[in-house]
Amino acid sequence: MTTNGVALSAPLGMLAELTHRCPLGCPYCSNPLTLDKRADELDAATWARVFREAAALGVLQVHLSGGEPAARRDLPEIVKAAREAGLYNNLITSAVGLTPQNLAALSDAGLDHVQISIQDSDAASADHIAGYKGASARKRAIAKEVVNLGLPLTVNMVVHRVNIGRVQAMVELALSLGATRVEIAHVQFYGWALKNRASLMPTREQVEEAVRQVELLRAKHQGRIVIDAVVPDYYARFPKPCVGGWGRRSLNVTPAGRVLPCHAAEVIPGLEFWNVREHSLADIWRSSPAFVAFRGTDWMQEPCRSCARRDRDFGGCRCQAFLLTGDARAADPVCHLSPHHAMVAELAADRKDAAYAYRTS
Amino acid sequence: MMNGSAMQVSEVSRPRLPRGVRLAHNEAQGGWVLLAPERVFKADAITVEILKRCTGETTLAAIVDDLAATFAAPRERIHTDVVQLLSGLAEKKLLDLG
Repeated sequence: MTTNGVALSAPLGMLAELTHRCPLGCPYCSNPLTLDKRADELDAATWARVFREAAALGVLQVHLSGGEPAARRDLPEIVKAAREAGLYNNLITSAVGLTPQNLAALSDAGLDHVQISIQDSDAASADHIAGYKGASARKRAIAKEVVNLGLPLTVNMVVHRVNIGRVQAMVELALSLGATRVEIAHVQFYGWALKNRASLMPTREQVEEAVRQVELLRAKHQGRIVIDAVVPDYYARFPKPCVGGWGRRSLNVTPAGRVLPCHAAEVIPGLEFWNVREHSLADIWRSSPAFVAFRGTDWMQEPCRSCARRDRDFGGCRCQAFLLTGDARAADPVCHLSPHHAMVAELAADRKDAAYAYRTS
Repeated sequence: MMNGSAMQVSEVSRPRLPRGVRLAHNEAQGGWVLLAPERVFKADAITVEILKRCTGETTLAAIVDDLAATFAAPRERIHTDVVQLLSGLAEKKLLDLG
């Protein structure tokens, strides 16, 4: 199927941001600086309809996220609806706000997988980063409950300048909690992380050492735990194929029902997002102006337009291109072929140990 | 870099998909897929036939016998294919060898 001459593929994954409410204050939160209000959140029945439409469209996995999804009392009902729609449901949680009781209810409702964020292997540092005293202990306790229930556990560790030296201890922590998968996710600089960039930015040497450690740990723990690493793109030569290509593999629904090609897309001015309250998900995927805007390669400028890698990395990230160059159609400046590439090295060198600007709601 | 005997499939293994790993059929994606934490794998017809038999009840030997009979194929070859698929999946934590 094509629209405007661009091949339309079926999305595989959907990020369902159930709420922007969260008890933590992580300074790299990927939520926008302006959060959706509780009163505007979609109700469980609307989510159930969206899940059915998503499955019909080809979505296989739904990532129930936030904010903190456990801040919603109707979370078991939402999990059940996702499962009934045939979706693989993955809970992305801070674990703060979850209890063994409501975790068991989620398991009974058909939860497939749980991903818990842990801010550092050092508990005091983790609590400082989260801006929440006691968070680390609660997360570890809930992680063990997840494993006791027989659910597969992923531990997500976001790494940045103060904790990047502890990659080995992080993987060992994940193993000790019974996780079968750990994500070493270098901070990506959008939203709150962009605001805190100078405090979070690692050095090139730190990043290279972390990459080396991950390789060693993968070999050491092969067959026991899967280690996925998200590389920090400010030190890359080529850009990441952001969201697998705009409007190509995934979509994101905000708490208030706006459908975005990626969670940061609202930073790009002039994009028109449609809402699941007014349109079917299939219509939005196919025809909403925001999805059409950067789908395919027709929107590209040089150096992307004639680049041999244009169908592989899709020009990188549209949001980053806009945030750093002011033009969402430009090549992602982390690409060494971008005329703005030198600026990225300057921004990476701008490091200051300032107090975090914690995410606030 | 194989990590010792944990990944070895034997004739008496009773393989099964662990919780959090599911076979699913999706029309819009053109057929069968294996769904796992943050991963999706297209499952071809042979993979589906093998995985449908990985119930945790049936031994590897019985699975191979069944496949060889159903598809009138040499047991040796089926055995090689099944062991290769299952140990690869176990390595990725997508299968319990039981």
